Amino acid sequence: MELTRDTALWIYDRMTMIRVFEERVAKLFAEGRIPGFVHLYAGEEAVAVGVCANLTDDDYITSTHRGHGHCIAKGVDPGPMMAELFGRVDGSCKGKGGSMHIADVSKGMLGANGIVGGGPPLACGAALASQTLGTNAVTVCFFGDGAAEQGTTHEAMNIAGVWKLPVVFVAENNGFAESTPVGYHCAASTIADRASSYAIPGVTVDGYDVVAVYEAAAEAVARARRGDGPSLIEAKTWRYFGHFEGDQVTYRTAEQSAAYREHDPLTYFATQAVERGVLGRDDIDAADRRAVSTVDAAVAFGEASPHPRPEDALTDVYVSYPREEVRS
Amino acid sequence: MTLVSEAPSTTRTLSMRQAINEALRLEMERDATVILMGEDVAGGATVPGFEQDDAWGGVLGVTKGLVQEFGRRRVLDTPISESAYIGAAVGAAATGLRPVAELMFVDFFGVCMDQIFNQGAKLRYMFGGKAKVPLVIRTMIGAGMGAAGQHSGCHYSVFTHMPGLKTVVPSTPADAKGLLAASIRDDDPVLFFEHKLMYDVTGEVPEGECVVPLGVADVKREGDAATVVAMGRMVSFALDAAERLAGDGVQIEVVDPRTLSPLDSDTLLASVHKTGRLVVVDEDNPRCSMATDIAAMVAMQAFDSLDAPPQLVTAPHTPVPFAPEMENFYIPSVERIVAAVRATL
Repeated sequence: MELTRDTALWIYDRMTMIRVFEERVAKLFAEGRIPGFVHLYAGEEAVAVGVCANLTDDDYITSTHRGHGHCIAKGVDPGPMMAELFGRVDGSCKGKGGSMHIADVSKGMLGANGIVGGGPPLACGAALASQTLGTNAVTVCFFGDGAAEQGTTHEAMNIAGVWKLPVVFVAENNGFAESTPVGYHCAASTIADRASSYAIPGVTVDGYDVVAVYEAAAEAVARARRGDGPSLIEAKTWRYFGHFEGDQVTYRTAEQSAAYREHDPLTYFATQAVERGVLGRDDIDAADRRAVSTVDAAVAFGEASPHPRPEDALTDVYVSYPREEVRS
Repeated sequence: MTLVSEAPSTTRTLSMRQAINEALRLEMERDATVILMGEDVAGGATVPGFEQDDAWGGVLGVTKGLVQEFGRRRVLDTPISESAYIGAAVGAAATGLRPVAELMFVDFFGVCMDQIFNQGAKLRYMFGGKAKVPLVIRTMIGAGMGAAGQHSGCHYSVFTHMPGLKTVVPSTPADAKGLLAASIRDDDPVLFFEHKLMYDVTGEVPEGECVVPLGVADVKREGDAATVVAMGRMVSFALDAAERLAGDGVQIEVVDPRTLSPLDSDTLLASVHKTGRLVVVDEDNPRCSMATDIAAMVAMQAFDSLDAPPQLVTAPHTPVPFAPEMENFYIPSVERIVAAVRATL
């Protein structure tokens, strides 16, 4: 491990923030305090954080239905995030998006996406804008193993290859497309193998090892920034919760889940960092406490935020449009 | 027509194809963030040996010449991957460009609709108004070329139905130029429908900058006997019907909405209040169509002004057939418009 202390601190800080945030959302949802439904990212923290550690606010990401972790890794404020999940006016999207569409364009977070495979074409567009405007920004496209089988994903990887777009495709292979195992839904032996079809680099990394993810992403992001085009990274991971909250998870064994918990990415990274003297145990404990207090404050902020008025539903459809036509 | 330029502009005769090309050129000169993307929009320009020559400039030559002027960075040929490039246009629009994407035939929306309506149309709303998608999708519509079921539909009603999208259907070269400029400058996603049989139609077109605002209908012919609302190619059919009826002393008013979303219902209603009769002519299929939409709007808001039930002249509820006899039967005719007007009198 060759991480600086600052990078290591940032990585652990974000991973534990995501973990605490998601576990709190699970509790709030079970208590009926969050409407709709939620897809939780706990277990996959090393992927979003390892990748986003290589990005700045000027870079873009597109996300998935399981987007809270991507938001936090990209620097979106947990307060407005929690307010959005509660459906309040101070939410990141003023209560119009909810968990599945949570976004913060000011942080380069171009939205969670309710459509599996909806993000890859959008990522190509953001990368095309950067390329055309000469901004040197990179776009990361997170997608799941389920989305790896969508035509949009293949089309997007091809067009990114054709145009040498500054985009990094990150396949979060958590083993299941909803309840269907990857061994059934993917004809190739790995998702990374697909890269050869588009003449772009493709690697598979251990998505439970944040340093491995960080290093693979560093190379891919640098390549994109140099103007050498896109890459594909497949990160093998595991989600601790079900596909959505309420899912009884009747397609995985308790033994499988326990085995993954044994190698928890946060614990693994913390142990390694402390053993190698990059971080102290007190750094880890302080980060854990900071995550709890930040999420406590986010929940308080969210619950204190006013509910929208029903007629607020009529705004933000267009930049300009006759208001009476939206209503009728 | 409302012009942005204050001085009365001089006009010259252009085809619809030339008018659209001119609007694209002027907007690309005006704003470096405007880019074109689509299948064959540059054409042979990407083939070695043809670098300085765009063999196609779009499948019907509408974008011809633009790649030489603006380069391949701004005139992008795409793979035949409508989802990828229409979606990329949405993503680029949300991050600083004003893309004009060409969906060759509107019927191809079937392979990229998610990117249009789940991503492009809803993005601003889902993000609480904190993003905008200044995107234009130009696409060809219309029957009459023997292209049959998958290259001949109109389908603008499908997009008009969707919140977040604006829909524009020009009927003259001048309107096409001005409406396309307005569409490119608009901060919302716009579907711009070009009838493939109208590219060679000519008309007087203002020189230089000319913007026709979205959401403003145009009375193409004044009259008091009946209001005929027509769009796209059907406007010229309605004007032909007006000539025939005028021979019998019947003066109809032909109103072209020009944009379907937003719809200038004030102008349509004012005409119906004056005439008391409504005929809607629409080349699209009849169910859940612009024809039924306009008829319902008029029935709700001008019922007391109506002296007769509204008449709809539309395509039948079928795909577009191939054989010329059947295709001609499919397309609303001047005779049917004349008969529909007479039925209201």
